[in-house]
Amino acid sequence: MASEAEIRLRERLSKLGAMKLLRGTKLSGELDRLQDQLDKLKEEPSAEDIWRSVELARHQDRPYTLDYAGRIFEDFFELHGDRGRADDHAIVTGLGMLDGHTVVLVGHQKGRDLKERTRRNFGMAYPEGYRKSMRAMTLADRHGFPLVTMVDTPGAYPGVAAEQHGQGGAIARSQAAMARLSVPTVACVIGEGGSGGAVAIAVADRVLMQENAIYSVISPEGCAAILWRDAGEARKAAAAFRPDATHCLELGVIDTIVPEPGLGAHEDADAAAQLLRSAIVEALDEIDSMDPDERRRERRAKYRRMGALAFA
Amino acid sequence: MSSGQGRVDVEVESKGESTPAKEKGHPNTCPGCGSHYRDDELERSLRVCPQCGHHFPVGARERIEQLVDPETFVEEDEELRSADVLGFFDLRPYTERLAEAEVSTGLGDALVAGSAAIEDQPCRLAIMDFAFMGGSMGSVVGEKFVRACESATEAGVPLVSVSASGGARMQEGILALMQLPKTVCAIEELHEGGSALLSVLTHPTTGGVLASFASLGDVVLAEPGALMSFAGPRVVAQTTREKLPDDFGLAESNYRFGHLDAIVPRSELRPTLGRLLRLFGRA
Repeated sequence: MASEAEIRLRERLSKLGAMKLLRGTKLSGELDRLQDQLDKLKEEPSAEDIWRSVELARHQDRPYTLDYAGRIFEDFFELHGDRGRADDHAIVTGLGMLDGHTVVLVGHQKGRDLKERTRRNFGMAYPEGYRKSMRAMTLADRHGFPLVTMVDTPGAYPGVAAEQHGQGGAIARSQAAMARLSVPTVACVIGEGGSGGAVAIAVADRVLMQENAIYSVISPEGCAAILWRDAGEARKAAAAFRPDATHCLELGVIDTIVPEPGLGAHEDADAAAQLLRSAIVEALDEIDSMDPDERRRERRAKYRRMGALAFA
Repeated sequence: MSSGQGRVDVEVESKGESTPAKEKGHPNTCPGCGSHYRDDELERSLRVCPQCGHHFPVGARERIEQLVDPETFVEEDEELRSADVLGFFDLRPYTERLAEAEVSTGLGDALVAGSAAIEDQPCRLAIMDFAFMGGSMGSVVGEKFVRACESATEAGVPLVSVSASGGARMQEGILALMQLPKTVCAIEELHEGGSALLSVLTHPTTGGVLASFASLGDVVLAEPGALMSFAGPRVVAQTTREKLPDDFGLAESNYRFGHLDAIVPRSELRPTLGRLLRLFGRA
């Protein structure tokens, strides 16, 4: 399994080396970083490495979806509302230009100051947010626009009204909507990929993950509270279920690790955006020329293979 | 949190942890009215309390017996087991929890799949068992569900799923989460192949199972009093400090909010599925 991941990283290394887009920027640094990643694949990330990812993924200065939207897309135009009940601010949707083509963006949105955090509900969407996403996805499909999603949520909101409005069903239907799309789809895990609320907008042809992002079935604190009966054991839990990018790549859950500048994306949003942008463009290039039916078939086949089985 | 029926209080979040014996009465004592039954009495009443109508949990094998025409069930993919890719170890190794669950339930994992007939209508079945690690969904549950979809499509018959689950299985990490899109994609293929999914939700169906296949039935039914919520009541209460309504997340509340087609008492489940299978069946 590790060798397959290694091959993909190697491919990415060689592609990045050949990329004109990044010439004169921080390319050499990024090449080094990818080489580091490759080296790291051979040695298991330690519990400390994993916990550092958890902290960086939640870092308050880490770029959020709208930070990237303004830097990656030209002429970004935000779309509001689910056309049924509300406009959930924990998810943003919109149209923008990428490399001369119109694309649709869907992403979780967190806030930085107290007021904005509250308005964005800490990036935890209600069912209305997933219905807003589905509206944007349908729009993309109708007009043949590629879909780019950005995943950054602790999880879908666990509240009484959220349940009454059908949280579980909304998450299920959002995944189904993505499984149906004819257009090219790229999902980027840019921070916290928290459980069902994350995967709801991450069923894509290509799934990218920034090197310090996390993607997990439950939060480290939640897992610790249940299995260790103590939320304080979050580090142990994270070390046990390994939400870091390297493991996600090894397990075939993501396709590419996107390097971050310096010690992490929080240090330099512009550089982080440029690296993410080139990874998105590269991923779209790979899938853009495919026959739509074939692309959808392969997308489903990819998820069909996920899991680890033994036989009695 | 104690509702009228006392049904919300299930250890959903514990996912297979042995529940503390305190405050939990004998499994054959009705939490609704306190009546106590012998096991054969409960079996005869489909594990529904004759006094107050409380629905006791039903294991996968007994559920199949309750639902299908005698001698028609043929199990498929019985040999599948979980591979512990993470080498997961919390207070105990995952492999030990698996072995213990297999011994106590006699099942390979939390879902039993196969073909059967209900009121002479052929179908495929995917039946969950909460007793196996809280009915949590890992690779085996996902794979068996997907194979049941494929088998139903091939045979051109509907798939009937009966869910009972605390959600995704933490011990399988991110691969457990990936069973959500895996089952969702399989339902897309099932639908495109012309077959239907009839989804029955039983107490409790929460987390990742509610957020994937259980919610995507062409028809969604639930048993009375079944908890069906994405987040369990304890998580909601702790995170939001909201006051939970007495019927929080219960089938009755979900029906009122439009997330269910019908609430079907257990004695009516077999004839109801028979009717639906006839309506969806092709000549």
